[in-house]
Amino acid sequence: MKCNRLVDAGRRQFLRGGLGATAGAAASVVMGTSEARAERALARVDYPANRLANLADLAVNAPMDVAYPDADSPGVLLKLGQGVEGGVGPNGDVVAYSVLCPHKGWMLSYNDADRTFNCPGHHSRFDAEAGGQQVWGHATNNLPQFVLRVDDAGDIYAEGVDELIYGRLSNTL
Amino acid sequence: MGYKRQVDRLPIIPADAKEFNVTCHYCIVGCGYKAYTWPMNKQGGTEPGRNKFGVDLSEQQYQDSPAWYAPSMYNIVRQDGRDVQLVVKPDENCVVNSGLGSIRGARMAENRPSRITGTQQQRLSDPLVWRNGTWQPTSWDDALDLVARVTAQVVTEGSEDDLVVSVFDHGGSAGGYENTWATGKLYFQSMSIRNIRIHNRPAYNSEVHSTRDMGVGELNNSYSDYEITDTIFVVGANPMETQTNLYLNHMVLGMQNGAKFIMVDPRRTVTVHSAEQFAGKENVLHLAINEGTDMVVLNAIMTHIVDNGWLDDDFIANSTFQGGEAVAQDAAHPASLGSLDHAMQSIRTSLDEAAEICGVDAADIARAAEWIAKPHEDGSRRKCASAYEKGIIWGNDNYRTVGAMANIALATGNIGREGGGCCRLGGHQEGYYRPDESVVGRPAEYVDQYLIRGLGGVHHIWACDHHKTTINAAEFKRAHKRRADMVKDAIDAAAGGTREQLVDAIVSAINAGGLFVVDMDIIHSQIGQNAHVILPACESNEMNLTSMNGERRLRLSEKYMDPYGNSRPDCLIAAGIAQNMERVLRDMGQDDYADKFKGYDWETEEDAFMDGFHQGNPEVTYDRLRAAGNNGVQEPVVGYENGQLIGTERLYADGRFDRHGRDDGKALFCASGWRGWQAAGRAREKANHKYWINNVRANIFWQNQFLDQKNDFVQDRFPYPFIEMNPDDMVDEGLNPGDLLEIINDNGVTQGMAYPTASAKRGQVAMVFGSPAGSQGNVTNGVNELNVPDYKHCWGDIRKVSNATRESAGISFKSKEITL
Ligand code: SF4
Ligand code: FES
Repeated sequence: MKCNRLVDAGRRQFLRGGLGATAGAAASVVMGTSEARAERALARVDYPANRLANLADLAVNAPMDVAYPDADSPGVLLKLGQGVEGGVGPNGDVVAYSVLCPHKGWMLSYNDADRTFNCPGHHSRFDAEAGGQQVWGHATNNLPQFVLRVDDAGDIYAEGVDELIYGRLSNTL
Repeated sequence: MGYKRQVDRLPIIPADAKEFNVTCHYCIVGCGYKAYTWPMNKQGGTEPGRNKFGVDLSEQQYQDSPAWYAPSMYNIVRQDGRDVQLVVKPDENCVVNSGLGSIRGARMAENRPSRITGTQQQRLSDPLVWRNGTWQPTSWDDALDLVARVTAQVVTEGSEDDLVVSVFDHGGSAGGYENTWATGKLYFQSMSIRNIRIHNRPAYNSEVHSTRDMGVGELNNSYSDYEITDTIFVVGANPMETQTNLYLNHMVLGMQNGAKFIMVDPRRTVTVHSAEQFAGKENVLHLAINEGTDMVVLNAIMTHIVDNGWLDDDFIANSTFQGGEAVAQDAAHPASLGSLDHAMQSIRTSLDEAAEICGVDAADIARAAEWIAKPHEDGSRRKCASAYEKGIIWGNDNYRTVGAMANIALATGNIGREGGGCCRLGGHQEGYYRPDESVVGRPAEYVDQYLIRGLGGVHHIWACDHHKTTINAAEFKRAHKRRADMVKDAIDAAAGGTREQLVDAIVSAINAGGLFVVDMDIIHSQIGQNAHVILPACESNEMNLTSMNGERRLRLSEKYMDPYGNSRPDCLIAAGIAQNMERVLRDMGQDDYADKFKGYDWETEEDAFMDGFHQGNPEVTYDRLRAAGNNGVQEPVVGYENGQLIGTERLYADGRFDRHGRDDGKALFCASGWRGWQAAGRAREKANHKYWINNVRANIFWQNQFLDQKNDFVQDRFPYPFIEMNPDDMVDEGLNPGDLLEIINDNGVTQGMAYPTASAKRGQVAMVFGSPAGSQGNVTNGVNELNVPDYKHCWGDIRKVSNATRESAGISFKSKEITL
């Protein structure tokens, strides 16, 4: 299982700042389709609702790489197998997080053994089962979680983020 | 669980925002930050020309970008009477941290008091005086007059020994050269106060007397030495958590450059685990000794080095004392000091003896000695940078153990050399500049006991909270409250009378055993509950403040906002007390005494700086420090040339040692012979209780729990003080994660939250220190001959108090160790 180093190709590109340009080549990255366009000059960010996957695409504890709200913001979609606060789907066990470390923006890797996101930069770690709470680390916020919705067909949409994503002063650019 | 700020966008720093130098005041490392402020009705834009970074912020910024800040780095504060927007973010050009923040420092902005965003509303804004059964806000004049009248009457009717003082001695936060000078001038120059103690211990003493007596000041290298050394040798410290960016920005670089890493600590800390990731397991050696046996392992390492001839003979011959015993053991010196041969007579410990006492492999001790001192294959000497902190400072037999640490560094010629050093890692920054304090004597008075015994009549407290940070805290709290309540009752009974009647009533209560308590702090602290007068202070950046960090790097951290409400810098509070003392004493007809309180006509903190630190360091001024920016200058400052202050990269580079004040400039070795538990009662307590209660720190709130008790991000993670326990011990005690438990022994009782920790040894629990919600000091007691506390060694039994609450049930209990 390569969860600890998932989608290495996409990751390396991201560190060099080229993920957007190469996203098409990284087949596992789900870009989603936009249902709504962001408007300008509102008090809060207007988030797009992007389809990330269908419930049927997910296997328990196997993270799927996604990007939200746009191609430059990598994340993972994850079915935990057990309901958690903030989880969606019939079992309340589907969650999605940004995988940019909120300390200095290094790319997190997922440890499927204890279901945490871990940072090679300075060893911060975040709990996938506790709303992205920082278990231990240097970041001053917990891991941004994507707000999800599942429709009748089992399609999973991301339509919000609960914390500022690393590397952007507005969650939608 | 997973507290989120729901911030989806932050205001952008405009290109023309004001910029200030900031040295993070939350720990010894003193990371450089920049503060930016701009008006409420302005904002920057995403176009490069419209923001401070000159980059296109409509694009994603990549890892380690200077052009990003977290929501915790933003706030709205008062500046020159106006609300302004504020960002405080790490400075990528500061050599200390190179742009790294930490979980503490990167919350500096959020932990500023703001009436707009509601942060830190616990901050004190006005002087408070106990009247009519509660604390009533009042003017500075009213409050200072009462302080001066009661203090003056008590010290003139009795003596200055009746004034007891608890006061910070450090830099950063409440301390700094301005504030240590002003308080020092008040208590050591205008008065001669003997019954005085420091913020974290019950006496006015050094925590490292022995290394100083050996001639070696305790902050003697540069952080860059860790980058170029062969071995990093850490004893009783946890730098990943508590000197975060020293570890991340310097020690990690050293490991990446090939340095070995040795850790002596009974507990497997996150530092050990992190070092294994960075250096590779084969290059990390963790000596998980039995608690309290550090000295034995150090002595065995020393013996092995001596017996193998891995000594720096030239250094020993030229820089260390040669004539046997130089200082005899006596009441002020818990060990004799002298030549290497003299010391070795007490030190000599075989690997096998040490293995037996310390509970580690003899081969591992030998390996540590090799990594520290065995010359390279080409015969060149090995460089070793050694570091220690509370594990031995607050440990068993402080004097000899710290001495044993410095012995190794001296024997291997690792002080004053590149890649060397033998340093404490530190807690707060330093910032000590005071008049001669020798009136205190050595051993210094055990001030807490003095108060418990009913002595002293007035207690001035400066940014100290004994209730959270002293030993034998349970007894102290009972005694202090009982005595303070006597005075509160007297004040209540005198309500409606004149000022003279009030002062008489207070003094009568004092003469009957009461205690008049004056508390200078930034919040209403726990000991402040006993106060009769509370004077609101401010912190650095609400005032200008100078301090030096753990490599003696002196910076001016600039004022960028107004003090909250009517709060004031401590130095100006001290000046106010002095001025009122002068006036009151003159009214009392004590002109000679009154004259001693002259010389406090300061308008600003800069005036206090010029009156104190500048007198001893005439090259150093605010303007020159401002120009030196976040990289400042390393003390001692030796000159000023071409518009720059000239500092000192590392101490003792010339091989002359002077911290002991000896004219010969020779360092002394410490006869650090092992004598088991130094403090009385340890062996009995250990035998009578099931668990060793280790006293530990955590990165999230290492030095600033008093602020973080009102920080939602922190409280969400640890609503109660954590107590790390082996999961099997938890099963034994019927505890689930997050359950509340009590620790009980003869000293007292404290409470915390069970945190399962697989790497914890059976029978050993680790409780976080200094928590407002559970004081570890309640259950620990004991000091060494010089009244340095041994917080680290106490034993107790554990009892479940409650199931996990809603707060503690939802938090993560996963391992703190990374899995990559
Ligand atoms: S390591 Fe210390 S000085 Fe640096 S940011 Fe953290 S708390 Fe502040
Ligand atoms: S970037 Fe993740 S811990 Fe620093």
